[in-house]
Amino acid sequence: MNIEKFILAAIKMEDSKVSVSGGTPVFTCPSKEEMETVAANLEAILDGIAHELSEDLYIIVKH
Amino acid sequence: MNEYTYPILFGVIFGVAIRLYMLRTDYRQYPTYLHGKIIHVALGFIAAGLGTVAVPSIMEEEFTAITFLTIAASQFRDVRNMERNTLTELDSYELVPRGKTYIEGIAVAFESRNYLVILTSFFSTFAYLAFNIWVGIVVGIVCLIVCKKLMSGSKLKDIVDIEFVQPHFEGAGLHVDNIYIMNIGLPARQEEILQYGMGFILKPKSFNARATIANLGQRQAILHDVATALGIFKDSGTPALAPLAKRDLNDGRVGVFVLPQEKDIEKAIAVIGNVPTLENAIRMPTERNVNQKGRPLK
Repeated sequence: MNIEKFILAAIKMEDSKVSVSGGTPVFTCPSKEEMETVAANLEAILDGIAHELSEDLYIIVKH
Repeated sequence: MNEYTYPILFGVIFGVAIRLYMLRTDYRQYPTYLHGKIIHVALGFIAAGLGTVAVPSIMEEEFTAITFLTIAASQFRDVRNMERNTLTELDSYELVPRGKTYIEGIAVAFESRNYLVILTSFFSTFAYLAFNIWVGIVVGIVCLIVCKKLMSGSKLKDIVDIEFVQPHFEGAGLHVDNIYIMNIGLPARQEEILQYGMGFILKPKSFNARATIANLGQRQAILHDVATALGIFKDSGTPALAPLAKRDLNDGRVGVFVLPQEKDIEKAIAVIGNVPTLENAIRMPTERNVNQKGRPLK
């Protein structure tokens, strides 16, 4: 099976006002740098693309 | 040995020669090596034989013999299927796939070339038998020129103006000129993309061209050709480094974003200009009666 256009994970800042819910795994990070590291690793692991929705929220999407 | 031996030999040799001529390995890198070529030369030989033998059978008043050309037609339709299947299988392992429209175009070309071989053999053998070998050669050469003409379709540079534009980011959004390409979140990726990426704007010269380059298959063909000619900065597992072509909905321009290994603007423009306009992508809205009578399309 091939997953397409699917949010695999969300990465957000600790103090973010955006809330992510549903079945998506959410990674909460203390700083922007930490977010970028986590997003870069997840991107490589999951073969997805890290998209920036807002300053404090990234999502990893499988295309 | 009878009176038809030499004409038949002549027709077959001419037919196979035409097939070999049309089987040049070019930048499309297909068919690549000996085995792929042998398949096509063998089929070309069969086609040449069929075209040639039709002439003596008509001269001997064996008119039913012409029906075997229908067998030839179904035989060569299978060539198209074979090409399509092979290329579709291979396409899933390409870093930048050819796309279905391109594959279909190649498959159709392979089928039609066999018919061109049949026609060439038919006419040259007929000329040999009706007149002499020299007329046969002349007719064969005329067929060769016609085949060459039929083979070469139009190029992208005939229907669009190509201009280089350095891609840039607005926030996380990657843009070529004002055309949005995609969202790239990580600053490290953004740097890579700015370092290796190149953007091109394809400006359609006519309303018909606008519809043609809007075709997704045509756009994929452009990306594939640039990737094969200039290399690609991409690997499996890096979907963020994907070459893309997006359209400006307002005026039909297409923004092409590519990541070539070799960043040479002149070369890239030449490569994009030489991409064939796929016959399956060509649209001619201005040929519609309703468009000709009414307000002209610009």
